[in-house]
Amino acid sequence: MQLSVWTYEGPPHVGAMRVATAMEKLHYVLHAPQGDTYADLLFTMIERRGKRPPVTYTTFEARDLGKDTAQLFQDAATQAVERFKPQAIIVGASCTAELIQDDPTGLSEAMDLPCPAIPLELPSYQRKENWGAAETFYQIVRNLADKTVTREPREGRKARANILGPTALGFRHRDDLVEIRKILDALGVEVNLVAPLGATPADITRIGEADFNISMYPEIADEAARWLERTFKQPTVRSVPIGVRATRAFITDVAELASADPTLALGDNSSRMPWWSRSVDSTYLTGKRVFIFGDATHAVAAARIAKHELGFEVCGLGCYNREFAREIRAEAKEHGVEPLITDDHMEVEDAIAAAAPELVLGTQMERHIAKRLGMPCAVISSPVHVQDFPARHSPQMGFEGANVIFDTWVHPLVMGLEEHLLTMFREDFEFSDENGPSHHAAHAPKTTLANAPTIDAEVPEEPVIPINDGSIWTAEAERELKKIPFFVRGKARRNTEAFAVDQGLNEIGLETLYDAKAHYAK
Amino acid sequence: MNVATTLPGCDAPIAKEQRPVLRERGQREVFCGLTGIVWLHRKMQDAFFLVVGSRTCAHLLQSAAGVMIFAEPRFATAIMEERDLAGMLDTQDELDRVVDRLLSRRPDIKSLFLVGSCPSEVIKLDLAKAAQRLGAKHMPNVRILNYSGSGIETTFTQGEDACLAALVPEMPALAADAPQELLIVGALPDIVEDQFLRIFKQLGIDRVGCLPARNARDLPSVGANTRYLLAQPFLADTAMALEGRGAQRLDALFPFGAEGTTGWLKAAADAFGIDPDHFERVVAPGRERAKRAIAHSKGKLEGKRITFLPDSQLEVPLARFLATELDMTPVEVGTPYLHRAHCAQELDLIPPSARISEGQDVERQLDRVREDKPDLTVCGLGLANPLESEGLSTKWAIELVFSPIHGFDQAGDLAELFARPLRRRDVLEV
Repeated sequence: MQLSVWTYEGPPHVGAMRVATAMEKLHYVLHAPQGDTYADLLFTMIERRGKRPPVTYTTFEARDLGKDTAQLFQDAATQAVERFKPQAIIVGASCTAELIQDDPTGLSEAMDLPCPAIPLELPSYQRKENWGAAETFYQIVRNLADKTVTREPREGRKARANILGPTALGFRHRDDLVEIRKILDALGVEVNLVAPLGATPADITRIGEADFNISMYPEIADEAARWLERTFKQPTVRSVPIGVRATRAFITDVAELASADPTLALGDNSSRMPWWSRSVDSTYLTGKRVFIFGDATHAVAAARIAKHELGFEVCGLGCYNREFAREIRAEAKEHGVEPLITDDHMEVEDAIAAAAPELVLGTQMERHIAKRLGMPCAVISSPVHVQDFPARHSPQMGFEGANVIFDTWVHPLVMGLEEHLLTMFREDFEFSDENGPSHHAAHAPKTTLANAPTIDAEVPEEPVIPINDGSIWTAEAERELKKIPFFVRGKARRNTEAFAVDQGLNEIGLETLYDAKAHYAK
Repeated sequence: MNVATTLPGCDAPIAKEQRPVLRERGQREVFCGLTGIVWLHRKMQDAFFLVVGSRTCAHLLQSAAGVMIFAEPRFATAIMEERDLAGMLDTQDELDRVVDRLLSRRPDIKSLFLVGSCPSEVIKLDLAKAAQRLGAKHMPNVRILNYSGSGIETTFTQGEDACLAALVPEMPALAADAPQELLIVGALPDIVEDQFLRIFKQLGIDRVGCLPARNARDLPSVGANTRYLLAQPFLADTAMALEGRGAQRLDALFPFGAEGTTGWLKAAADAFGIDPDHFERVVAPGRERAKRAIAHSKGKLEGKRITFLPDSQLEVPLARFLATELDMTPVEVGTPYLHRAHCAQELDLIPPSARISEGQDVERQLDRVREDKPDLTVCGLGLANPLESEGLSTKWAIELVFSPIHGFDQAGDLAELFARPLRRRDVLEV
């Protein structure tokens, strides 16, 4: 048993719903009790979809358990097929139905339905949402792909690619897809198929006609892509174009497989991020310490952008999806940090508090953690909430995605000159660092936070930096520490205390504070 | 008193002709009873809710909470894993471990509810036994109770019913010779509860308890001299448990709108022998205020046709309020469960033209909505945007559960909740 307050991922059948909801003319018959329909609101409310997810829930009750829940499943499947006339259905069980072992697979096979029924085995007590999405997509591809298709010779026609991975409820999938299409267009590559987003089961049958595959989101697409490599000898583009450098690598990889000239896409003059980052105003970004947590693909991409494209220092890196832990470990090594592989948000909170970063890049969960700790934060990965499905075009991928990332990450920070002024005139009663960055209200003044009526015992009033409280700080040093702007105060305190321990000091005075500053000077 | 009057459903006059109810079974687009935790954990400030369930349960709670609550909430899920189910670990031992960890982290918890879920019910995990064992271990610091919020047994607000029913045996006994006491049953927003308590005081009813109490450890007493008023229409099991301890229900309208609130207060006033003139003097200002507030929305709502899809069991009393006080026309009033005895007065006031339906087959029900084309459809979050995109105006049902809507001083807000989607539709030009 795992004690959990918030979860990064839903159960695997929610992953299957993300695939089903992204597709057209596919229906999901889910053996599930009343209440599992809550998952519909993820799509209709958080993503603001105007259509119900194409899911029929069998809705069994306690009184059905002694009787024939299997019949309930068959009736639901029959009615769903009659009403929605899908080209194919996927069938499976949610966590409770898994326990009653009705075997939706066998049941649907015995039913002689007028369309293919693809069985899903998604072990709810072992696996989670991303795995469920990947497995579902793989099963759909494997069951529907027409294995007899042959590709025409390349001469005299454009190269063809499948774009794999975008789903419903994905973080910026809609906009990323636009950017990928833009690049393929510039390189003269035809899109054979996009899946799951917008694809019908009939479309999937033609998946073998492409020359190669693009795996946009490895968490969802890679399992299917590996099968396609084996079955149709289609190579896979695995570079994920998040960031300027990664976009260039992606263009080069696609161009090579398509025998196209990469300069057609590399010269995109809407790529502003490199200049925005080089312009002197951005100098103050140098060495800002960032903590990064999310799904592995977005976290790795964020770490690379942070270091190589914005000049940040990565002080923490982790992911919640264990399946991709290897990628995170390798990347963490590059930055000299300990990888954090966990789906326990309380552990992540502790790690963030200990690292005392100047910027947190994470999911909805880290946004809350950062808010509580009084740190600036930007969202880089699922799970996300309604505000991360913006009305405007807001991709993460491609050169435009890099532009968006620059804005999104830099916006929560105190701007360069303001940072200086706060340091110089820190005792100005109106221009106080406690009020946070002046250009927006991303985090409320801490005084309000501390005074806010709260009934939760555990809301820390200050960033949780282990404070040595039989304090070895002299009053004078403590006062001086308060003059340091709050966004670096935690780090200064921690460094000074570490320095004092190192030097075997049992008191921290004014001198110690400045000695430590000199010691840690970059 | 004979047995029949103590059982809910048995005290309705049998001779009276009952209005027809359309009963349906099929896919239900409703929450399970676990969802009640989202408001119960705020209402009872010293209580913690531990769901023993699956990742789906945890995911439901964080999704139903709408936004993730800023502070660490007073609920969590003990997620069962493969090892628990395969018998590699003793589930009861595991539960002990999780509860010990939780209680050591949260010493402020005074009551812990172990909440059963679909998977824990299906594997027949005995939470009553666990609560007893853990209770013995952690008493007197923490009282440990259990109830089921599983979807196979409970629909949405029935989770509150199950929770309150679990509290009833814990209520202290009211001495047989004690003076008559009033008990308000059902979780109300604190501000509304305070308003009612003020009114009862002005009426001269001094001995008033609330179930649930704001601190789960301060439970009111119950006994043969308890007269209870249901503040919510979904408390069938709680009512039965209270009757089992001798309490008697005061039949009344539910306190929605000027008339509903008046009727509800009147039932108590009559039972406590309050002078009718005094009642009138105390209640009149609030009632008039409520009427004035409701009038603001009347222009927008009168003559409009409304359909309720089943959600919280509040549908019947709310349809009555909209029909009698705002002159709306209920087309279909769907409810997950219809408690005929508790809603008897309500049903009498709903125009006979309205179709009352119980249970759900969501596809068939949506077919009826499309055919009826009501001006406003009250439905769950999974259906609202899809219906809007078909051109139907909707009101999220969940907002009716999460907003203060009871009593005189919320009657205007309640009417406004229904008027707002219609006003918004008229305002928008894109």
